[in-house]
Amino acid sequence: MDNEKLSLPQYDIPQDIQNAVTVTTLDRLYNWGRRSSVWPLMFGLACCAIEMIVAQTARFDMARFGMEVMRPTPRQADMMIVAGTVTKKMLPPIVRLYNQMPEPKYVVAMGACASSGGPFKEGYNVVAGIDKFLPVDVYIPGCPPTPQALIHGMIKLQEKIDRQSIGKVRWYRKGPDSVEVPIPILGPDLIDPRRNPEIKDAAAATSRAATQEGASHGDNASSH
Amino acid sequence: MATTLPHTETTQPSTLDLGARFPGVVSADTRPSFKGWIVPKENLIEVATVIRDEFGYDLLSNVTGVDYFPENKMEVVYHAYKTTGGPGLEFKVQVPREDPVEVPSLINLWPGVDFQEREAWDLLGIKFTGHPDLRRILMWEGYEGHPLRKDWKEPFHEEDFKPFKSRWPDGQFYYAEEKNPYQDNLKFPQDFDPEQWIPEGDALLYGSLARYTLPQEDGLGTDRIVLNMGPQHPSTHGVFRAALTVEGETIVGLKPVIGYLHRNHEKIGERNTYIQNMPFTDRLDYFNSMANNFGYALAVEKLMNIPVAERADYIRVIMAELTRVQNHLVFIGNLLNDLGAMYTPALYAFEERELVLDIFEAVSGARMMCNYFRFGGVVRDVPDDVMQKIKDLVYERLPAKTEEMDRFLTENEILVSRLKGVHVIDSETAVRYSMTGPVLRATGVPYDIRRADPYSIYDRFEFDVVTRTNGDLYDNYLIRLDEIWQSLRILQQAIKQIPQGPINSQKPQYQVRVPAGEAYGRVESPKGELGFYVISNGKPNPWRYHVRAPSFVNITPLEQICLGKKIADFVALFGVIDVVMGELDR
Amino acid sequence: MYGKGILKGLSVTWKRFWDTYIDDISWLLRGKKRYYSEEGIKHRSSKDQKGIFTIQYPEERLITPEEARYIPFLVYDEKPDGTQEQRCTSCGICAKVCPPQCIWIVRSNDPNTGRPIPEPTEFYIDVDICMNCGFCAEYCPFDAIIMDHDFELASYGRSVYNMEKLLKPASYYKSIRPGQYAKNEAERKAKEAAKAAKAAAAAPKA
Repeated sequence: MDNEKLSLPQYDIPQDIQNAVTVTTLDRLYNWGRRSSVWPLMFGLACCAIEMIVAQTARFDMARFGMEVMRPTPRQADMMIVAGTVTKKMLPPIVRLYNQMPEPKYVVAMGACASSGGPFKEGYNVVAGIDKFLPVDVYIPGCPPTPQALIHGMIKLQEKIDRQSIGKVRWYRKGPDSVEVPIPILGPDLIDPRRNPEIKDAAAATSRAATQEGASHGDNASSH
Repeated sequence: MATTLPHTETTQPSTLDLGARFPGVVSADTRPSFKGWIVPKENLIEVATVIRDEFGYDLLSNVTGVDYFPENKMEVVYHAYKTTGGPGLEFKVQVPREDPVEVPSLINLWPGVDFQEREAWDLLGIKFTGHPDLRRILMWEGYEGHPLRKDWKEPFHEEDFKPFKSRWPDGQFYYAEEKNPYQDNLKFPQDFDPEQWIPEGDALLYGSLARYTLPQEDGLGTDRIVLNMGPQHPSTHGVFRAALTVEGETIVGLKPVIGYLHRNHEKIGERNTYIQNMPFTDRLDYFNSMANNFGYALAVEKLMNIPVAERADYIRVIMAELTRVQNHLVFIGNLLNDLGAMYTPALYAFEERELVLDIFEAVSGARMMCNYFRFGGVVRDVPDDVMQKIKDLVYERLPAKTEEMDRFLTENEILVSRLKGVHVIDSETAVRYSMTGPVLRATGVPYDIRRADPYSIYDRFEFDVVTRTNGDLYDNYLIRLDEIWQSLRILQQAIKQIPQGPINSQKPQYQVRVPAGEAYGRVESPKGELGFYVISNGKPNPWRYHVRAPSFVNITPLEQICLGKKIADFVALFGVIDVVMGELDR
Repeated sequence: MYGKGILKGLSVTWKRFWDTYIDDISWLLRGKKRYYSEEGIKHRSSKDQKGIFTIQYPEERLITPEEARYIPFLVYDEKPDGTQEQRCTSCGICAKVCPPQCIWIVRSNDPNTGRPIPEPTEFYIDVDICMNCGFCAEYCPFDAIIMDHDFELASYGRSVYNMEKLLKPASYYKSIRPGQYAKNEAERKAKEAAKAAKAAAAAPKA
């Protein structure tokens, strides 16, 4: 990073030591270090993963951003690029991977599918956006986003990292140092343990509606 | 090692009369525009044996079910082909649509139906009696219902057919979640209590894994461990999971677990209009969207019975072969990646792919999801400057780079010692298991749909169906190089011959009229036989839309391929089958 | 000989390394800009590329072909008096053909005549569902919806685009797709001329 970005203008540095001394805040230094070495998790789901790989190859070369070190293990990764359609069957492993990542961790929803289910949203096995389960930092629209669009998303993520402050980030505060998301269960459909009471109530309500409707229309309410 | 099949053999019509062979038992399908024979389920195995052994249809390519909900019946459709070429034979079994829907399994005749029958059980609830391992395959055990049945509605179900009425003229935007009682893409049985639910987990999977492992050999025994590779693993090419039993380093049992990218392609496809399915096919095998477009366009054109504009046919071939070249180049790069040559060969392969993608972007507008084919032609012409780019690539760049790959890799001692002699599969087993594509040809079977059952204008080009004899990993690697050369040969001829003229025989229209009937369109995609089985009932949406994906069928014998091999070879063995998850799970 | 394969492999990288510098010097001698210039990017994406292959986004970016498509936008014409005239007539073809059904159009009726106003009251595209297939632009009979080239859309939240976000001037359309724009303008002029001719032919009779 060059001097003008790193140093703060409000301090007067004598002319003769300007090349040797930089005055900055801890935040800037800290964020500069982090933004320049965001290691993605080597983890692809679908079509977008191919564009993610392409972004790592010679033509786009994410190494220019310090993001070339794709780690196959979540323990060494800083960022999870959710690249592709999140299916219900795949969701428990994804949540598990996220839980295993150390803080600070970032999630990038790459492409329409990861952002909201995309063209497959109406499908029965598709999660309508990974943000229902994981906190997403950057959304990149596109189906699939081109490698350049992905890199633009990465730049956005760097901007977000720049705005964080070492005194306020959650991983240095008291309490559990990492956000754990309960792992969903594969039942008759995907069960999110956080929403158990809600699901129970809604199931009871649909059942009441079905009996009422059944009384008037015969038994066409049940779907299986 | 190259064989060119004579043209005459491939074009002779089928004179086979199954009805005469089984009078009173097998009857022809008499519905208008439907083909094939209807076999009673009691006689299915007997008839199928005759089809295989007497008539010589040794490759059972496609098995799928159809739900005729209004007629209250279910149908299982089989497409059988000869590996020597020629048109196929279609036969069907019809059963009443009352649970349990039961059809005898053909797994003893053609073990390749294994996964396809499991898929039909999973999605349509057709029970194949005699199938030894009929578990769900794409969804998980415990999932409620069989989604492809016509009376099964998904949580975000809005209407049975697109376009939805809520979009226009009063299209007040809302999120689909808002209309669902669970505020999400969820659906539960009535009075469901999530806290009481005990997940079934993988008990069935591990049970079946234990049943099918190699017997313990005498001598020094070690503990058997169950090892799960995937779904997140750097060398499974996506979200593929293999449950392996290993003894020491030897694989003694293996069950592939798939469905982690099951995106409900067929269910969505049956709700879409015909043209709307085109961009969805791009996302099947996302490396080769042009090939997918090709197969789907062929199937629907067969149904509509329309010609393809001459120039468009050439453009299609050019695009399909460019796709094949880039797919095989990336295949080689990825194979080396799997073998431990971390990234460098893949980087060079992806470079060439980028140049091919530049062409795709210039003609179709998108790098990967081309959505370029339309019924009757292609969407827009190839401009002259792009044609010049194609020429540059085909005559100069790609041959040079393929040659370079060949020079640096083929003789490389590490590559040779990793690949040579690791047997993948022999020709007879491969055919029984319905394998197609380069993997089959590497075993010595010269079965290439471009020659065996020519589609589009492939009969106009001179090229060889390359085969290899050993069927080991090294042959699988070499055959990809050979195929690149053959594709370049086709490309050079196509570029020379391409005429001027219109690029679509039809007027562009956003709702095509497709007469009732059925069609099975298949192409030789870079991975094998890619088939689209479409049934129309005359409405704007297909009644049944099935994709016979080469990746899906080709991994059926994965267990047979890997048994007795070292765990380190698994990634290479899996790699040479060249699967893409989007197509495998659909 | 053992180790030959490794040396051969390394020579590829070595050659590529030197090729980059040889190219750099030869461009320098010819007095041309190899980086951050259109010519340089074109060269790096051509068959003659030998050395470096990288396009250094965001400082330089790939040459976008005219056909490239990303997210659709709506076109409005700028009238000489400064008002904006939307091309969309809210006929609904794009909403009907859209494969993932991500286009939402509200068409309202004229309170006086009760007939539909040929202009959308509201227009939404759920960008997080859009699959960039280009059907809406392909089948639009009025060239009112066009696929954009802009891919720098990453944001910190879900995006549903409304009219405000979607509307872009025809001059922008012309700048990104000059060929298609010219073709469409010619077609439009021809149609208008035919209409005028028809009217002129009909006038004497009446």
